[in-house]
Amino acid sequence: MSVGARWRRYGIIFDTILKKEVLRFMRIWIQTLLPSVITTSLYFVIFGRLIGERIGVMEGVAYLDFIVPGLVLMAVITNSYANVVASFYSSKFSRYIEELLVSPAPNWIILAGYIGGGVLRGLTVGIAVTLVAMVFTDLTLHSYAVSAAIFVLTAILFALAGFINAVYANSFDDISIVPTFILTPLTYLGGVFYSIHLLPEFWQQVSLFNPILYMVNAFRYGFLGVSDIPLQTAFLLIGGCIVLLTAFSLFLLRRGVGLKH
Amino acid sequence: MSALVVRQVHKLYQSRFEALKGVDLTVAEGDFFALLGPNGAGKSTLIGIVTSLVNKTSGSVTVFGHDLDREPEAVRATLGVVPQEFNFNLFLPIIEVIINQAGYFGISRRVARQRAEFYLRKLELWDRRHTETRRLSGGLKRRLMIARALVHRPQLLILDEPTAGVDIEIRRSMWHYLCELNQEGTTIILTTHYLDEAESLCRNIAIIDQGQIIRQSTMRALLDQLHTETFVLNLRHPLALAPDIPGLRLRLSDPSTLEVEVDRQRNINGLFASLAVRGIEVMSMRNKQNRLEQLFLNLVEKRQDAEQ
Repeated sequence: MSVGARWRRYGIIFDTILKKEVLRFMRIWIQTLLPSVITTSLYFVIFGRLIGERIGVMEGVAYLDFIVPGLVLMAVITNSYANVVASFYSSKFSRYIEELLVSPAPNWIILAGYIGGGVLRGLTVGIAVTLVAMVFTDLTLHSYAVSAAIFVLTAILFALAGFINAVYANSFDDISIVPTFILTPLTYLGGVFYSIHLLPEFWQQVSLFNPILYMVNAFRYGFLGVSDIPLQTAFLLIGGCIVLLTAFSLFLLRRGVGLKH
Repeated sequence: MSALVVRQVHKLYQSRFEALKGVDLTVAEGDFFALLGPNGAGKSTLIGIVTSLVNKTSGSVTVFGHDLDREPEAVRATLGVVPQEFNFNLFLPIIEVIINQAGYFGISRRVARQRAEFYLRKLELWDRRHTETRRLSGGLKRRLMIARALVHRPQLLILDEPTAGVDIEIRRSMWHYLCELNQEGTTIILTTHYLDEAESLCRNIAIIDQGQIIRQSTMRALLDQLHTETFVLNLRHPLALAPDIPGLRLRLSDPSTLEVEVDRQRNINGLFASLAVRGIEVMSMRNKQNRLEQLFLNLVEKRQDAEQ
């Protein structure tokens, strides 16, 4: 097979997986897209309007404006993760992952297809939440490039994490443990609602071990031009994690962990 | 060229259960091949290894000259698999299952639609193409899995008990279609518990037991091993005692049913003549047992006896 034909074939395989993934979350949009939009709207109303007006400003900006980037990113993280973990685990559970495993689809395309689906759901919800935020405040972007880059990179990173979770999961409980007991606490403690400068010195240091803090702050920089952490550190950390998780996911697929006997 | 060459394949599961103990198997291109064995013999493990669903512990697998370890994509591109258990998304319509599968093999959506129509019509599923797969009966689900396995036009089709739980009418139509495919050049490997199915469809056969191939030959050579055959005769008038005919073993299973064990080297004309002389009228006749079933049981039992 010529190189051109091989890449055309890869393109079709990727396109098939991606379309299947997008159709899946669009078909059940009430379960996949709507909840995050409603929850975040409530955050805007309660924390932004009712409580936020009493708080006043944080890091030199209105409290509502301060929490918008974190809430948008929280939706991106939750949805990109949830999409891949649920979809890949379901395909394992119902065994239709075998349709892909018996096909000539290379592992990296299988991974790219599922991650692509997760990223698109994360971005769809992220954009929807941003639109809702615009109802409550006048959003201006300090840096389009930084915002877009963090938006996409964070979605990729958490889609990869969702994929690894799905590979190891043996039950539906296993796919909800990580989001409930690890992801949500890390997100809440990742500076979505506060600046780490408000914390005592010790807890500020502890917070630096939370990777979500870097993403939220870099994203906030993209919106407001303020951040608790240097931007380069955030990009390096996110980029490094993406490389590591991609390599690990491909290793799991090659070994057939959780998929083959 | 051989369609499939399996050499010294071992499979040791993490539980330390050794499912395959050095399996050697060759299937010629264009063959209709039966792989038989009792439950737990290693059939599905072997098929799993060939189709990349199970990792082998050691040994080599070559499909149409492509080595599974070195060219896994090329191997998988030649294979179509109909597994034992349903493994499609139950919430997708039939047509999407087929089109997605074609896409996984790199077939464009336009071509996939044409092929989906062709195979779904062939397997009488076209009128239900928009039905969610979970709403299909067992027989229709089996047909869907065959259509899905064919959409990329595989050179080697592997069917792991494709007619399990399917009614006789659908089973016959599936047999007919499989024969048609084989005549068009598709190599077929079939595992089945219906030994009559294997006997009527397949030209070559391998019997696997406890992770080892205990016999591989042509179907004819295997069936020729049977020295005797038992026929069941339905009589017009009941008898009190089985007649005594020299050279034949006869017994009554009930007053109107006579069982006759005949040496396969001997013709049965004499039997009817002898019965007619005794005023016994035969209304109908059938084989008591499927011949392959008898051989299969002989081979497996012989092996078990040897081990004890």
